[in-house]
Amino acid sequence: MTWVNAVIQGMLQGGIYALIACGLSLAFGVMRVVNLAHGDLAVCGAYLALVISSGLGVPVWYTLPLVLPAAFAAGVLLQVLLLRRALRGGDFATVLVTFGLSVMIENLLQVGATANDRVLSTGAIGVASLRIASSVTLPWLFVAAFLTACAVLSGLQLLLSGTSWGRKVRAIADDIDTARLVGVRVGPVFATVAGIAVATAALAGVFVGAIGNFNPLTGTSSLIFAFEAVVIGGIGSLWGTLAGGIALGVTQVVVGEINQAYAVLAVHLLFLLVLAVRPGGLFPSGAPAAAAQVIG
Amino acid sequence: MTALLEIRDLDVRYGDFQALFGVGLRVERGQALALVGANGAGKTTLLRTIAGAIAPVRGTVRYDGEDITGAPPHRRIQRGIALVPEGRRLFPSLTVEENILVGAAAAASAAWPLERIYEVFPLIAGRRRHRAAQLSGGEQQAVAIARALAAAPSLLLLDEISLGLAPKVVSQLYGTLTALRESGATLVLVEQDLGRALNACDDVVCLLEGRVALTAATSVGRAEVVAAYFGNRAEGPR
Repeated sequence: MTWVNAVIQGMLQGGIYALIACGLSLAFGVMRVVNLAHGDLAVCGAYLALVISSGLGVPVWYTLPLVLPAAFAAGVLLQVLLLRRALRGGDFATVLVTFGLSVMIENLLQVGATANDRVLSTGAIGVASLRIASSVTLPWLFVAAFLTACAVLSGLQLLLSGTSWGRKVRAIADDIDTARLVGVRVGPVFATVAGIAVATAALAGVFVGAIGNFNPLTGTSSLIFAFEAVVIGGIGSLWGTLAGGIALGVTQVVVGEINQAYAVLAVHLLFLLVLAVRPGGLFPSGAPAAAAQVIG
Repeated sequence: MTALLEIRDLDVRYGDFQALFGVGLRVERGQALALVGANGAGKTTLLRTIAGAIAPVRGTVRYDGEDITGAPPHRRIQRGIALVPEGRRLFPSLTVEENILVGAAAAASAAWPLERIYEVFPLIAGRRRHRAAQLSGGEQQAVAIARALAAAPSLLLLDEISLGLAPKVVSQLYGTLTALRESGATLVLVEQDLGRALNACDDVVCLLEGRVALTAATSVGRAEVVAAYFGNRAEGPR
């Protein structure tokens, strides 16, 4: 029963990784931007929720209607003011710019909020759990995070497959030059994608902050797990990202059951193994955009 | 009367390489212009410049009396210019219908709803739920033209629509173009098959190494066009 418990706990843990990772996956799939500040933006979401909930004296969940729109707006601004310019400088420029942003956010948070560990207090739900067998108890927070991850991924999938916005997003992911040429305005699509990516990051950050401690440097380790979830799942595949997150979470908790010291190492070894054996990930997305630039 | 499309003194460069030198041409409303020339003569570059994918370093592109030289592609589509790009360039992971709907994103008018497009291309109507990557070459080309038509263009730019297709399929596609012309569309057609191009169009512009070598009515005859094609050095290539 211990093992069953470990696997289930691991899956729930994986839901949080997937929630952090889905914005990273979306931004990379559409804009080809590896946002190295993604984890830090998630942590900013946690700090924002902390400030609002202690300022207004409301439970942390009540801050989401403020945090999520603010994060969406921050994502749009980030795209319009920073990444749009960087994208013109080639693929590597966005890596440098988001790396710089990451360093900046971490230092600003240390200045503004000190390096102390914080936790978002979630009241009764924070300690409640669901007992489904003698040795299997599921903390409600983890269940909520997992269900939220599934809801966010389903919502994104619906948006992508069923709306005209989603059609444009997929056309851009397939072949951005041709999308421009047939009349798709790339700017507004990129801005909304960046907004959604940062909003989902902030949502994930609130869960991370509610489940465990966080400090200004938490973003970097979150980013590594999110990045590994994206690569293991297959770049550009949202459900693959969930599968990747679950694979990470299960590995971490099951190995941790044997020896806690090797839990995180095992996760990184799994990542290495997948890269070596299936570099495309478990669920590689469809055909890569064909097309050399035409001169003639 | 102002021409629908008027290009003057167009210079286009790719870095150090200059692709077009002082190119000028006019297309009247309802007319079809064949753009011919050897590989690398600058035909595709000219079409992509008209569509707004490439910015010229000098010269003007006027459409319906308005200077659109600096306008981005989506503005040109809203004004009524649509391009069928060389090599089709469909979105492989989108279905046929989604490809067409993306083309309608900046449509100039509602003149080409899906039903009308499927009437013109019955062979893709039955495949609307298939992914573009699963279609045959001819079907893909039909979808590429349909995607441009969805923008309800007044000026349709077609780049080598017969490339790599069986003669029978090409004839079908050209049959469609004839029907489009009868409905009042203005066409600029890049085509390797000289005979077909001259047959389908009123006027011909021949490019030679980035310069206009000949501007004439297609009635001028094949020999003269061929001479311009090869820079007057050869008489009759075949």
